[in-house]
Amino acid sequence: MSRNINESVLTAFKVLVAIFLAFLFGYIVLYIMGYDPVVAYGSLIKGAFGSKRGFAETLISTTPLIFGSLGFILAFQCGLFNMGLEGQIAIGGIVAAYLGYTIPGLPPFIHITICIIGAAAGGALWGLGPGFLKARFGIHEVIGTIMMNYIAFDVSSYLVSTHGPMKDRLTDMPASPFIHDSAKIIRIWKGTRLHWGIFLAIFFSFVVWFLLFRTRIGYKLRAVGKNQFAAEAGGINVPRYMILAMVLSGLFGGIAGGVEILGIHYRLFAAFSPGYGWDAIAVSLLGLLSPIGIIGSAFLFGFLRSGSILMQAIAGVSKDMISVITGVIIFFMGMSDPVGNFIKDKLLRKLYGNSV
Amino acid sequence: MPSIIRMENIVKRFPSVLANDHVNLEVEEGEIHCLLGENGAGKSTLMNILYGLYSHDSGKILIRDREVRFRGPADAIANGIGMVHQDFMLIPVFTVVENLILGAEPVKGFSLDLEKAREEIANLSEKYKLDVEPTAYIENISVGMQQRVEILKLLYRGAEIMIFDEPTSILTPQEVDELYKIMNFLRENGKTIIFITHKLKEVMEISDRVTVLRDGRVIDTIDTSSTNPHELARMMVGREVLFRVEKPSVRIGKRVLKIENLHARNQRGLPALNGVSLDVAEGEVVGIAGIDGNGQTELVEVLSGLRKIDRGKISLYDRDITNFTPKELIDMGIAHIPEDRRLRGLILDFHLYENLILGFQDNKPFRRGVILDLKRVKEWSSELVEDFDIRPRDIDVNAGSLSGGNQQKVVIAREFSRNIKLLVASQPSRGLDVGATEFVHNQIMRVKAEGKAVLLVSLELSEVMNLSDRILVIYEGKIQAEFDPKKTTESEIGLVMAGGHV
Repeated sequence: MSRNINESVLTAFKVLVAIFLAFLFGYIVLYIMGYDPVVAYGSLIKGAFGSKRGFAETLISTTPLIFGSLGFILAFQCGLFNMGLEGQIAIGGIVAAYLGYTIPGLPPFIHITICIIGAAAGGALWGLGPGFLKARFGIHEVIGTIMMNYIAFDVSSYLVSTHGPMKDRLTDMPASPFIHDSAKIIRIWKGTRLHWGIFLAIFFSFVVWFLLFRTRIGYKLRAVGKNQFAAEAGGINVPRYMILAMVLSGLFGGIAGGVEILGIHYRLFAAFSPGYGWDAIAVSLLGLLSPIGIIGSAFLFGFLRSGSILMQAIAGVSKDMISVITGVIIFFMGMSDPVGNFIKDKLLRKLYGNSV
Repeated sequence: MPSIIRMENIVKRFPSVLANDHVNLEVEEGEIHCLLGENGAGKSTLMNILYGLYSHDSGKILIRDREVRFRGPADAIANGIGMVHQDFMLIPVFTVVENLILGAEPVKGFSLDLEKAREEIANLSEKYKLDVEPTAYIENISVGMQQRVEILKLLYRGAEIMIFDEPTSILTPQEVDELYKIMNFLRENGKTIIFITHKLKEVMEISDRVTVLRDGRVIDTIDTSSTNPHELARMMVGREVLFRVEKPSVRIGKRVLKIENLHARNQRGLPALNGVSLDVAEGEVVGIAGIDGNGQTELVEVLSGLRKIDRGKISLYDRDITNFTPKELIDMGIAHIPEDRRLRGLILDFHLYENLILGFQDNKPFRRGVILDLKRVKEWSSELVEDFDIRPRDIDVNAGSLSGGNQQKVVIAREFSRNIKLLVASQPSRGLDVGATEFVHNQIMRVKAEGKAVLLVSLELSEVMNLSDRILVIYEGKIQAEFDPKKTTESEIGLVMAGGHV
């Protein structure tokens, strides 16, 4: 058992080193580009943590990243790449908004629940398609999910376009009507947009962890992911679990979108997600594909997203710099194994080499 | 004879194990020298050092009495050393010629001079009777032929000393014979061959001298003509080894498995089983002998539910189980040792305790509602690890980190630990050393002793001969003949395996 603990300490250390190196790299790039890195980083931190509003925004961005990452992990544990989270988020948003403004007169708790279930079902449906094509015909899920993204984006643009069926006639904006108050997720911090969604996200992280590592379904899903041939010989219905994984994956994409609409925007407009579905992939990798680990990495990404606004305003550094840093984090994560092994090898050679 | 290679006091330490402990090896020019030892004895480590893949911690390597220090395989190749690995290093979509010139492409102006290379390779192939077609694509030729391409590659690069790492493990008996012919021919032409193996039969058949390794140390180097398999086995394992398995005398009972006129296709959709009929009774071991690719794989897949059949009927205790799913067959009490344990038998990235329940994840007592009762799983796994002597005794390690023998023990522990009616074992000792093979055979005999039915499929004729009560020979998807192992010989069976008639 002690070995397992050592291993997880080591991996956590690896992640921290990768993050540190990425910021160091960003520091150097900022310096070369003629910015003052201290000011830039200072405003980044100040933006995310220096004010009540900034901190709330950090958690607001963290929320959909957690949901999205849970989706990514569920597919990944079954050996599948769900590249369709951004589309599933869009579908979740559409369903949540529609149910939010069409159903009147429900108690808030019930209305919100209905909207979230609807969003989840929409996302799940968006995952079912590629999952079925993969399981039945062997069509690669990356292709399937990416194609489904385009359908989702265009459906969402059409619905709120000038003559779209969900377009709000009272405004010129390409947006749907506002949802009823009963569908709005309750805000928990006065003067900010922070809502209950963050707790829901953390709660579901534990649910997914339990599902994957403590239930028979999770066991079978992971078995298919690690070796589908042995899983098949072990009596597991491989196509069924592939489809299930994609459905569950899409389901969380849908929830991410639904919660975003019900908690923040209160109405649908095209491309309301600023790329949470894509960031979720990086968040998952940085969180070591663990449903608990991603709480931390989603928070880091939330911090970068929220802080970058002030960084752009004060230090004049483009928000895109944050994309560079997140990219470099992932790069160093990928590098950590070969580099780590190299160092280990050299060290061991020093310890044992030619001394016997 | 002058020695061409001398390795003196070679020490190689890995983080957790001393792989080579002051090893001395002397190989004479123009001999076939066997390196014999169990898995993990340090044979491959020693040869990887000689080939420049590993660096040794201390000791000396001398080639023709000149000390050398290799920094990589390129140095070894430059010194005339070549190695045929267990896994071939060939590009499937390239031709033989294209594979061979890779890394040292002959050029004419700006273009490849393939014609010159092709001629050269054709000449070499002819000279050494390798019978390789230089313009054939690797993906279209047999495994045995691919191995010859690897040999040809060494010759093309001017190797004088050739290392063969367990070359027979992937070959059919016929291909093995041909490999022996080629090796003898290479020796006649002045090449020196080092042959890594753990099979005693091969040592006796092909080598001039043999060096036995155990636990990283050299036990002895002796002339093959002055020893016998028993002595070699004792040196290799460190104790007496029984070659004949003790067959328990069991009353043959009711018929358990009955297969009637079975037709099925292979992966590519071509007929693989063309009317197989057989039955197995309680307390009986029925062995299927045959050359690889005659339908054995498909037969085992059908019996484990992994392949649907076109026609025919399978029944277990007179109950029709035709085209049942894997899960249904597991629950019916059919145990399955797959031919490729790393592919079908185990999930290498899973903990031992997760592997030890694969197949009964949904059964009592591990099922508790939707939950997998990990406490029960772990208790049960700990017992199995103890009972079947799986090492290390740690259910938290991943299956992939175990040795081949222990991986097979995990499969056997899992399959034998419940109430089974029929065992379908496919090449159960594949890739295992003498000690582990003995264990596997004893376990199969235990199943027989308990009055269960066993269908044994193996490419090792000696294994089928030793364990079976009846031997069926499969050829081109049909059972061609039945033999009583007490009243037949390997050569008689071998003839039918090759398509001949009794």
